Amino acid sequence: MSDALVTAHDLTKRFGDFTAVDSIDFEVQQGEAFGFLGPNGAGKSSTMRMIGAVSPITSGSLSVLGLDPATQGPELRSRIGVVPQEDSLDVELTVAENLMIYGRYFGLARSVIRPRIEELLDFVQLNGKRDEKVDKLSGGMKRRLTIARSLINQPELLILDEPTTGLDPQARHVLWDRLYRLKQDGVTLIVTTHYMDEAEQLCDRLVVMDQAQIVAEGAPADLIVQHSTREVLEMRFPPGTQEENIAQLSGLAERMEILPDRVLLYTPDADATSTEAHARGIRPVAQVSRRSSLEDVFLKLTGRSLVE
Amino acid sequence: MNTSLRMYERSARVYKGVWRGSVFSSFVNPFLYLIAMGMFLGSLVDEQTGGVAGVSYLEFLAPGLLAATAMQTGAGDSAWPVLAGIKWQRTYPAALASPLTTRDLVIGHLAWVATRVALVSVIYVLVAAALGAMPLIDGLLAVIPAVLTGLAFAGFVTWFSATLEDGIGLTNLFRFGIMPLFLFSGTFFEISQLPDWMEPIAYLTPLWHGVELTRSVALGTEPPFGLLVHASILIALIIIGAAMAVRQFRKRLYV
Amino acid sequence: MTTLLMRVIPLPLRSAQRAKYVFERNVMVYRRGWMVIFSGIFEPLFYLFSIGVGLGGYIGDVTGPGGELVSYTAFVAPALLASSAMNGAVFESTMNIFFKMKYQKTYDAMLSTPIGVPDIAVGEISWSLVRGALYAASFMIVMAGLGYVESWWGLLAVPAAVLIGFAFGAVGMACSTFMRSWQDFDYVTVVTLPLFLFSATFYPLSVYPPVVQQLTRFSPLYHSVELIRALTFGVFDWSLVGHIAVLIGMGALGTMVVGRRLHRLLLT
Ligand SMILES: Nc1ncnc2c1ncn2[C@@H]1O[C@H](COP(=O)(O)OP(=O)(O)O)[C@@H](O)[C@H]1O
Ligand SMILES: [Mg+2]
Repeated sequence: MSDALVTAHDLTKRFGDFTAVDSIDFEVQQGEAFGFLGPNGAGKSSTMRMIGAVSPITSGSLSVLGLDPATQGPELRSRIGVVPQEDSLDVELTVAENLMIYGRYFGLARSVIRPRIEELLDFVQLNGKRDEKVDKLSGGMKRRLTIARSLINQPELLILDEPTTGLDPQARHVLWDRLYRLKQDGVTLIVTTHYMDEAEQLCDRLVVMDQAQIVAEGAPADLIVQHSTREVLEMRFPPGTQEENIAQLSGLAERMEILPDRVLLYTPDADATSTEAHARGIRPVAQVSRRSSLEDVFLKLTGRSLVE
Repeated sequence: MNTSLRMYERSARVYKGVWRGSVFSSFVNPFLYLIAMGMFLGSLVDEQTGGVAGVSYLEFLAPGLLAATAMQTGAGDSAWPVLAGIKWQRTYPAALASPLTTRDLVIGHLAWVATRVALVSVIYVLVAAALGAMPLIDGLLAVIPAVLTGLAFAGFVTWFSATLEDGIGLTNLFRFGIMPLFLFSGTFFEISQLPDWMEPIAYLTPLWHGVELTRSVALGTEPPFGLLVHASILIALIIIGAAMAVRQFRKRLYV
Repeated sequence: MTTLLMRVIPLPLRSAQRAKYVFERNVMVYRRGWMVIFSGIFEPLFYLFSIGVGLGGYIGDVTGPGGELVSYTAFVAPALLASSAMNGAVFESTMNIFFKMKYQKTYDAMLSTPIGVPDIAVGEISWSLVRGALYAASFMIVMAGLGYVESWWGLLAVPAAVLIGFAFGAVGMACSTFMRSWQDFDYVTVVTLPLFLFSATFYPLSVYPPVVQQLTRFSPLYHSVELIRALTFGVFDWSLVGHIAVLIGMGALGTMVVGRRLHRLLLT
């Protein structure tokens, strides 16, 4: 036995005939931030719900904190925290009441919960909203409250399903900062996202999921090294001229991805490639050179973009 | 869907669940009352008293229910839909971006309510006549005072809804306003049955005038204060209610 | 044998130690919205004074459960108690449960904690019972104050009203798990209003033709009304056992369906 916190082997989830998760394997170690990166419909939430012991597994094996979700659900759930993809805050209650009742669901005494509420509101910077009804909160505040709520039982493992989807950039950064601090405090995190920057920022290790399967696994930097070049040159051509330009680009880069609106050239040195293209008389209307990202890894593995 | 809309939807259903259910039940519920209270309970009443106000209890109740149904339709259509138009679906602010004025909005709304009340009333009269609870021609004539009754409530409820921020006020309006009126304004029994001190209070309720007027037209009798007095009171209420609604719309929507 | 027994006992009753937290959540919500509960007490009272007293003035006396003549008001009052127990329970269990399940995701939140489906079913049903008991008790106080409770057995009407709440609450909650949208709630009044008006609520069964009298026995509200009426007049016979059995059966069936359906809907 390894000392992994979560171990999944051949894990499969079917809804009727439809396979949402197709025999995946992964391990999450104590204290790490583990990511599931993948487009909508990849099967991330289905996996999270199985880990959270609210969705029975169809086949394979799954162990969370050394417990079996099928038979030890209540005990398992009492030791983890969950931030679901869709907010499930109690809109009929205030911010503080939401935390209080959620703590009660764990069977905690009110006297235990009360100081935790203050701490957590501090932590997610919602002290000013203590007695506000949940309706009145912005999307980012709701998300923060959901995170605070998931911490009320001081979980060993925190599962976050798309914690920042739909938030503005500022709110996302606040959230990332809070999650980073949790990790510092030794909480193990499992995060799903379809934002590559989020995965790069937050995760020590991640798996890339597509169409119910895991297509790659590793640390973000390793994945990039493994599956992509160091840099990328993106070129955009005047409408209708992409075809003819592509013909001239051959041999310029290690690999080329052709998207409907632009061409990506994978190369160790984007500036050098740009100079060379220029010398060949290629005149894009716009071009960007950048570092390779997980998006590129995903594109290579699946031939599709991660978002949209 | 955002939360307030959901809350609204729920509250709307809460209220509708209690009072109208749906368009279906705004047509069907009155008959259920007519059959249960008018025919079955009525048989007991007739046995004991030989009829109420000179007619069988069924004939007494039928026009009363007509007026009460008109009230419920007029009030119901001016409650949640108006609040939604102002606040949740925001169709009224959108309409005001066109050359329409607040007065157009209120009059348009009341015209729609009048149509709805007339439709519900005519169908009610046809079925009531088929059951022998009402003479057909006089019954159809009684649709006119019924529509007046519906509008008398529609104006005020429109105004009231336009003052509200959420649906709780409307739930209370129906619980403590419309429901007691339905039960105590002469629909089910003559107000002389009430304790003496309550009788003058009934005179102050718009539904009592509506019920008396509708009943006298349907039964061809003379109402307590004369046809003209009751009709004038209802018409005055419509005008005042509509004027207050226009004022409130202006205050609420031009900000 | 034991396994068979385990199958027959409704799932929720087996393991629901955490139901109290589900209940507690409702208390927390209504602590602020107590006005909503409080104002619900008035509806049956309005009916009592209108139909019972006002309209009752024309009727005088009717034949009560024991065969002797009783005042119409005293005759109608227990029926209104039974009806309001039904209405309150159906209302709470359909509208609110649906809202919490489909929109507010309250149960999803609960299920991500140690709370399980049986806790939810038991917690929600007991909440609607307590609410029903509150209504019933306050209505009883008014009835007694006006002298319409003829027998000390009338005190039993409060637990009887709770049983009615249980029966209708469980069935209502079961139905709400089948509802797809708010439109479906229109069917609720399509069922409850005819029950309210035709279950020998406002007049003795004898005003019906014999065929209709037989049909009325299929109305669960009829059994509720007869039960409470018999208790308030202190008239006992074997038919009471039948009424009680019908209500217990409804409640048990409803609870069982609720447990199964919530499992299917929430734990996919
Ligand atoms: N309860 C369910 N019943 C049927 N299909 C489902 C259910 N939940 C998810 N799915 C399907 O499973 C697939 C994966 O969904 P999900 O795990 O939510 O993906 P992700 O979170 O990666 O976007 C989707 O095609 C979705 O439609
Ligand atoms: Mg998802």
